[in-house]
Amino acid sequence: MIIHHPLLGPRDSAEFIYLGDASLMERPDPKAENAQELFYKYLYLRDNPAGEHKELWYHEQGDRSWLILTRNTVTHEITHVELARRSK
Amino acid sequence: MRYNALQILKQGLTGHKGWKPAWRKAEPKPEYDIIIVGGGGHGLATAYYLAKQFEQKRIAVVEKGWIGGGNVGRNTTIIRSNYMLHENEGFYEFSLKLWENQEQDFNYNSMVSQRGIINLFHSDPQRDAYVRRGNAMALNGADPVLLDQDALRKKCPFLNFDNARFPIQGGLWQPRGGTVRHDAVAWGYARGADKRGVDIIENCEVTGFLIDQGVCSGVETTRGTIKAKKIGVAVAGSSSRVMAMAGMRLPMESHVLQAFVSEGLKPVIPGVITYGAGHFYVSQSDKGGLVFGGDIDGYNSYAQRGNLPVVEDVCEGGVSLMPMIGKARVLRMWGGIMDMSMDGSPIIDKTHVNGLYFNGGWCYGGFKATPASGYCFAQLIATDAPHETAKAMRMDRFSRGLMIDEKGQGAQPNLH
Repeated sequence: MIIHHPLLGPRDSAEFIYLGDASLMERPDPKAENAQELFYKYLYLRDNPAGEHKELWYHEQGDRSWLILTRNTVTHEITHVELARRSK
Repeated sequence: MRYNALQILKQGLTGHKGWKPAWRKAEPKPEYDIIIVGGGGHGLATAYYLAKQFEQKRIAVVEKGWIGGGNVGRNTTIIRSNYMLHENEGFYEFSLKLWENQEQDFNYNSMVSQRGIINLFHSDPQRDAYVRRGNAMALNGADPVLLDQDALRKKCPFLNFDNARFPIQGGLWQPRGGTVRHDAVAWGYARGADKRGVDIIENCEVTGFLIDQGVCSGVETTRGTIKAKKIGVAVAGSSSRVMAMAGMRLPMESHVLQAFVSEGLKPVIPGVITYGAGHFYVSQSDKGGLVFGGDIDGYNSYAQRGNLPVVEDVCEGGVSLMPMIGKARVLRMWGGIMDMSMDGSPIIDKTHVNGLYFNGGWCYGGFKATPASGYCFAQLIATDAPHETAKAMRMDRFSRGLMIDEKGQGAQPNLH
């Protein structure tokens, strides 16, 4: 897979480390009353869709930036790439 | 029809005209006692043991494609019970015992070959870790043997013992491990289940569950609604997709694992060998092809095919371990979709929906588990009580902090 890095252009996906679903960016509130339940869901449960998936990739052998890819898990086609820090 | 030598002789003398299909093409009935979703190794084994061991009646297996077309036909056919954690090792040892008696039990030649498996170690700490694992195996009745370098040289003289970076010091050998003809496992269980009245319904995809007030009473399929008192789901690879139809989110991701086979060679590799310092393991099939694989690609995928960086990584591992195979040509490669769970271990449990049972999360270790997975799932469905060796494989273990994390990697599925 070729990942079109917003700053560096086309890069081999082997330069990256995969973390998982981009919803990991949304950390639950540790002070919430049901924080234990929220963190259980945050840490362990995943939508795991077949089709479009937003996910976190780390450019470990590059500029060490975190990217959010929109990628199809059935075809491996990457339709959108953005810097994670710009996504908010 | 029972398969035996006399039957072969009889059929041989009568022009092989008496052989019957090994299972019927069943049509769905409106209602069953038990429906198993998924006609793979685990689903068929579950139906077989439900009918044979637990004497259940009116059972159907529904499969979206053809039986045995998923991971039971896509693995590297290895059987073993060389785990360390007690919650795993007892279960896999039970599975290995079922493998040892499988062909006699279901009267089908699944070519169970106990040619042994050797996990290599490359340093003193790794040896110590394997000694500990061997002791854990022995506590559960398995058969670990620690090989030093001399003993290993006699068995596998072709290994790259003096590799400068990862010298091979020895290995942990399990003589009872080995390989099985994987497709025959699905066919044997299908035939055995069919013989006991199980309807195996192919080309029948589940599109929804009938759930009302927390009770599941059947499935919607592409061939109509089918009612049942109990529904067991065994669809590893697609678990998240199927269970989402029952409103559940699972502690797993789907990942692609690739496997490879080389052109046929003369017998060179005595059993199964796994590299302790790289992602590579290999055995040789009875046809002579080297069957090998490595690690998962590492990103969510439902594609049943992988990418080239892992191909390169696996081949590098293989050639650094046994340079002689550098001349062999790769004939085929393929991918299968793994349920990668959050602790690297499977789930065999009831769900919070009454009448709905779940079996999945096998990571890349599902094939060797096939008989025990089927047996334990059948016992759970038939009696509502877990099998002794599968008690820890609970659905709620993540919320209760009772993970079975063999590698100690934490909640990062692509590292298990």
